[in-house]
Amino acid sequence: MNKKLYSVVLAVLMMAVCVSGVFAQDAIKIGGTGPLTGGAAIYGNAVANAAQIAVDEINELGGLQFELRYEDDAHDAEKAVNAFNALLDWGMQISMSSVTSKPAEATSELNMEERVFGMTPSASSTAVIEGKDNVLQMCFTDPNQGSASAAYISNNDLADKVAVIWKNDDVYSKGVYDTFMEEAEELGLEVVSDTTFSDGNDTDFSVQIADAQEKGAELVFLPMYYTPASLILAQADAAGYDPIFFGVDGMDGILTMEGFDASLAEGVILLTPFNADSEDEKTAAFVAKYQELYGETPNQFAADGYDVVWALAEACEEAGVTADMSAEEINDALIEVFKTFTFDGITGENMTWDEGAVNKDPKGMIIQDGAYVGLD
Amino acid sequence: MKRKNTNKYVSFALVIAAYAIMMILTASGKITRSMQGMLVPICAYIVMAISLNLTVGILGELSLGHAGFMSMGAFTGTCAALMMTESVPDEGLRLGISMVIGAIFGGIAGFLIGIPVLRLKGDYLAIVTLAFGEIIKSIFNNLYVGFDKYGLNFQLLSEKGIKLEEGGRMLIQGAMGISKIKKISTFTAGFILIILTLFIVYHLVESRYGRAIMAIRDNRIAAESVGVDVTKYKMTAFVISAALAGAAGTLFAMNYSTITANKFDFNTSILILVLVVLGGLGNITGSIISATLLTILPEALRGFATYRMLVYAIVLIVVMLFTNASGTKMLISNIKAKLGGNKEEEEQ
Repeated sequence: MNKKLYSVVLAVLMMAVCVSGVFAQDAIKIGGTGPLTGGAAIYGNAVANAAQIAVDEINELGGLQFELRYEDDAHDAEKAVNAFNALLDWGMQISMSSVTSKPAEATSELNMEERVFGMTPSASSTAVIEGKDNVLQMCFTDPNQGSASAAYISNNDLADKVAVIWKNDDVYSKGVYDTFMEEAEELGLEVVSDTTFSDGNDTDFSVQIADAQEKGAELVFLPMYYTPASLILAQADAAGYDPIFFGVDGMDGILTMEGFDASLAEGVILLTPFNADSEDEKTAAFVAKYQELYGETPNQFAADGYDVVWALAEACEEAGVTADMSAEEINDALIEVFKTFTFDGITGENMTWDEGAVNKDPKGMIIQDGAYVGLD
Repeated sequence: MKRKNTNKYVSFALVIAAYAIMMILTASGKITRSMQGMLVPICAYIVMAISLNLTVGILGELSLGHAGFMSMGAFTGTCAALMMTESVPDEGLRLGISMVIGAIFGGIAGFLIGIPVLRLKGDYLAIVTLAFGEIIKSIFNNLYVGFDKYGLNFQLLSEKGIKLEEGGRMLIQGAMGISKIKKISTFTAGFILIILTLFIVYHLVESRYGRAIMAIRDNRIAAESVGVDVTKYKMTAFVISAALAGAAGTLFAMNYSTITANKFDFNTSILILVLVVLGGLGNITGSIISATLLTILPEALRGFATYRMLVYAIVLIVVMLFTNASGTKMLISNIKAKLGGNKEEEEQ
């Protein structure tokens, strides 16, 4: 009996030592959490796939070597914290934070506490970067997108009367909506119709569309992901209502959506930093590689993930980071570098960072003949 | 009577031993980050499982909305803690007061929902509690609460009507939930909450109340015929269960920097029910063990990468079959008999 107990205790101890053991290494370990399973899995997998492409490209060049690991958080803050801790056990030196906003809010707190440098590809909520000196965003913050959209509509004289349909139980939609309304008021845009929908109640939009139509809105702003947006487009078409539809980056992906008649999206304008049909050399190469490996066109999440790895790699080069440095040493070095760092990627040029938020120009795209065309 | 007592001591001994081992491992730095991060959630889930076991196993009513009470405690407790940031600088004390407030609100929710629900039985009661959980989720998804020196500011659907004085902050922001929570939950607080929960539940079960509650479970008509006030005892068990869930919700929420209403949805209610069923209806020790194992399991399976949740489901099925097999049941009762026998020998 005693011997058995002794052997069990010994086995447990040995496991603990193994797990916490330190191994010599020659690659810098980058870790990230994202929804690889569940309802938001499309975003997590896009980022993880694209980041892996970037890591492979960088390793092929021969300079600094990187190792990437993505852990599943199922778009849940609790699981994201578990995943982040698992990555720390693995020996993560640089973090890609989390893919989605709420999990990133929880893990960015750990970035701050544990002094691990973090850069999120796509968690756009302001709470992710607020009050943290070592967490950066590659995507626009939600407020940024809302005000940029209102400014874009006003500056280009797209419409005087505007309708907004938004999802009131979604962090992303609400974040964009709030600042859009603020900026719209300031710029004198008249919002004539303001209607909402929520989870489980997102298949019939006849009431919202009728309201916008009745009040004579010339433009309908849709701060939401592409699934509900595709239904709104189809139902507005059926109702014989043909305003300008205006979306933000969540609309990206609508053209490749299964079962959606892409002709309905003709004339839709959206603000997105990434255009998969761009003729830019870097973008085209990335899109080709992604299609070859994963059989689909990369969305904006993938592009952000790709850019994060490249930005981190270039910043590490500039900071003189080596694989044997601790996470905290790398953290301090990267904070210093990112103060003056500029980066050219596939989601924008001359990007700089200010208190964690990225400065880059949103690109206005209009859908013509089933493809994005730059508006400017 | 004798068997129940053994079970009780096993529960306490298990929790105290686990706490001592974890504290030693933490102090000597032998514990992995991932394990350390799971300690507080494990404590919260244990309390959730024990409290639901009170409703399902001991009172005998199937409740599918237990996460609703957790949500109630999480939001009210966290708001209370945020409001006390300056007035109560001591973190342990602030957490304690918040948990009490979470428990009170959980209990109130339990009482309110208990009035209509406890008139129902079986399947009907299960469906109504399910609806209740969804209602709580919807309310917190649309509730906006701000706080400044003049007090609280409530608004439904939009935060437009809330005007805060300087130094005020938004507490609950609808679907965004509560952000920027200062994490003050500790393993020790979780441990104390478990011990308190065990104390309350065992005390209840062994008292006159407990006997009446179990009599109602076993035969409602017979119990009523000898003068047991069914509504009163049912309500007591239900409210205590809800209050404990509220305290666990506060503990859970204060372990993360952010919390949303969608976290406490139907899935969470079912997860807690799984913990209870796996541990055995009415078996408190079983609830503790199953809550611990099922919280660690998905993390331990990270090595399976994409197949993780599939493996998790298979393990769950196997464990359910295994613990229910007659051979295992025999083995467990044999061990129990032996343990009981040993104790008696020692006592002599």
